[in-house]
Amino acid sequence: MSTLPIVNPVEPFLRTDRMPHIWCPGCGIGTTVNCFARALVESKLPLEKVAVVSGIGCTGRVAGYVNLDSFHTTHGRAIPFATGLKLANPDLSVVVYSGDGDLISIGGNHFIHAARRNVDITVICVNNFIYGMTGGQVAPTTPLGATASTSPYGCYEHAFNLPFLAESSGAVYVARWTAFHVRHIAHSMVEAINKKGFSFIEILAPCPTLYQRRNKMGDGLDTMKFYKERSIIKNGARTHDVDIDLQGQITVGKFVDIERPTLQQSMEQQLRHTLRDQYAGMGGD
Amino acid sequence: MTTLTAATPKSVLTGAHFLDGDQAACEGALAAGANFVAGYPITPSTEIVERFASRIPTVGGVFLQMEDELASSIAIVGAAWGGAKVFTVTSGPGFSLMMEHLGYAAMTETPLVLVDVQRGGPSTGLPTLPGQGDMMQARWGSHGDYEIIALCPNSPQECFDLMIDAFNLSEEYRTPVLVMMDESVGHMTEKVVIPEAESIKIFPRRYTSLPPSEYLPFRPGADGIPEMVKAGDGYRIHVTGLTHDEKGYPAMNWQTQKTLVSRLVKKIRDNGDRICRWEEHQTEDADIVLVAYGITSRVAQHAVKMARAEGLRVGLLRLIVAWPFPEKRIRELAARIHSFPVVEMNYGQMFYEVERLAGSTVRTELLGHGGGMVHQPEEILQAIREAAK
Amino acid sequence: MPEGTPAPKTRKFRGQVFIDWDCCKGCGFCIEFCPPKVLQFSEKFNEHGYHPPLLANEEACTGCDLCGLYCPDFAIYGIRVPKESQELASGKQPSAIPASANEKL
Repeated sequence: MSTLPIVNPVEPFLRTDRMPHIWCPGCGIGTTVNCFARALVESKLPLEKVAVVSGIGCTGRVAGYVNLDSFHTTHGRAIPFATGLKLANPDLSVVVYSGDGDLISIGGNHFIHAARRNVDITVICVNNFIYGMTGGQVAPTTPLGATASTSPYGCYEHAFNLPFLAESSGAVYVARWTAFHVRHIAHSMVEAINKKGFSFIEILAPCPTLYQRRNKMGDGLDTMKFYKERSIIKNGARTHDVDIDLQGQITVGKFVDIERPTLQQSMEQQLRHTLRDQYAGMGGD
Repeated sequence: MTTLTAATPKSVLTGAHFLDGDQAACEGALAAGANFVAGYPITPSTEIVERFASRIPTVGGVFLQMEDELASSIAIVGAAWGGAKVFTVTSGPGFSLMMEHLGYAAMTETPLVLVDVQRGGPSTGLPTLPGQGDMMQARWGSHGDYEIIALCPNSPQECFDLMIDAFNLSEEYRTPVLVMMDESVGHMTEKVVIPEAESIKIFPRRYTSLPPSEYLPFRPGADGIPEMVKAGDGYRIHVTGLTHDEKGYPAMNWQTQKTLVSRLVKKIRDNGDRICRWEEHQTEDADIVLVAYGITSRVAQHAVKMARAEGLRVGLLRLIVAWPFPEKRIRELAARIHSFPVVEMNYGQMFYEVERLAGSTVRTELLGHGGGMVHQPEEILQAIREAAK
Repeated sequence: MPEGTPAPKTRKFRGQVFIDWDCCKGCGFCIEFCPPKVLQFSEKFNEHGYHPPLLANEEACTGCDLCGLYCPDFAIYGIRVPKESQELASGKQPSAIPASANEKL
């Protein structure tokens, strides 16, 4: 990628032989990947033990660009794939990195069950309020009244409040930031990756080519400035109250950080309790 | 040449048992070393995973009941890339749901076994009654071009034996393998003899011995099959369902499509002779050869006996591996017989394969129905008499 | 920092910014969110037709690397340079492409 004397600190984390990436000018996904790289450095995890699983969509392409064991799976199914991967190899730190359409629409059922079970994975959801890759269709996160290619006269559905959905399904760590909040994102990612249990980080990001353009919100930079102006950090806010209101304020922050036994812990505990010394464990190496 | 290993004694229920097909299939999987199952209940397959859920904690491994078949079928792929030996089970409606991930497993060359205990269809159909209506779906159910291996046990003993074969084939060819049971075989109880662990031969996963700097996840060996790795071993692999190059990187152009997909197809097709398996009864001097599989083959076998007693020169070709289909053998028989009655519990599926290969000089007839009940020997005998005229 | 302010002599670190000229897609994040506002759009185009940034005020760059953290294209990064390595900060590296407004490209 570069012939510069000092290597870009992000380079060791990227598959430089696949650069440049496919994301548009001003797209926020690359910014979140930068944060992810910084988070990995700070977490001091051995990179051989970090796996990224993604679904289909623009954010889903993250798996193809990170220099880690990475899995680009089917639409909506990154979370159950990650569940299988993690249980088969509990030493891995498994990060699901995907978009709002993939994780919450087609993937919605898997999302709530994994949160309920408290599967020990980190789910990073880049929310650009749209289905980007396929050309800008309406998503379950598209705000009421917004224009998309499949709601050309304005979206008439209420959008999900993702932190609320995550918390009420049982996630033990829930945070929301915008792509403007780079340092907070990196910090949340460290916390989430290190935390045992289902951790969820929603990151609002611009889709300049589709969502912003169709809704006359300017380009990526305009949207980043919009996020900067309109967001208010309220750590510990009630997730019930953090619906996104694009006419008002966007509440960001770390909302939930609790402890609960993970799926694996519950499983082992229950089986050990019932089977006692007959329990042979989870197998594997 | 890969050296086969022996099964681990802990997972093998050595002895003579009275088991139904579902239970025997579970024992076969355990004997083969399966240690991760993600499943979802659906009649008549549920007993397989119920037994696994109850057995695996004392053998060592994980059973997870997922929220649906979509989750089950992809969770096992994830677990396989984490190093586990995996399978899942289902029936018609769930089989339809699992199709996307069957294709994903074929495309990413992930070893796994998928059991379909067929019931009456289409749609919800007859949950507790037998059918054989998923055979073509087994071959063509997922979109795009890929080849599939599918085995058809016709007894609880075979449910045990063929599960082990299915796992071995999946490892050898780095591909998903189907076991197409039917409800009758799944729910019939018979003697199942499970041997000592040492005599059960397991094809080990073909992990590479190359260092990360030299290994490419989708570079084939001389046999057209790449070596495998698992996540966490430092290889930093990328796996995608997109058309990909040898590094696993998406490369969406016709050249890569040709290289990759032709290899996926050829690795099974070119080994058809080694993978195909069938059994013949009294075909040496037959003019008429029945083709059947699963529970129907047992009735057909009895009908052959009855027909022979009437002096009719009839035999049976029983498919043990339905896909790849034994094309060569059908052509050979077609050269000297005059009739292929195909007996199956559907309105014509494997029938078309036989007809295609038999050619116009042989009468290929279908004796089929929609399932819900097994054929009677008398109706098959009648069909044989008709064919003999 | 306002234009023309001399760099404080007591500051231990100085910053240097490196730009992968042709990777930049001109989104403007780095320029907007640089705290001392030391970056500005170059008047030149890169091979894709975008205006990458330049380090307009070398002495005020703190090397905080916020530009790097924001960049969606991994095209810019900043480093903190200890005072002992002054030559690095003044762009004497043979193959460096320092983002200096004075550099002729």
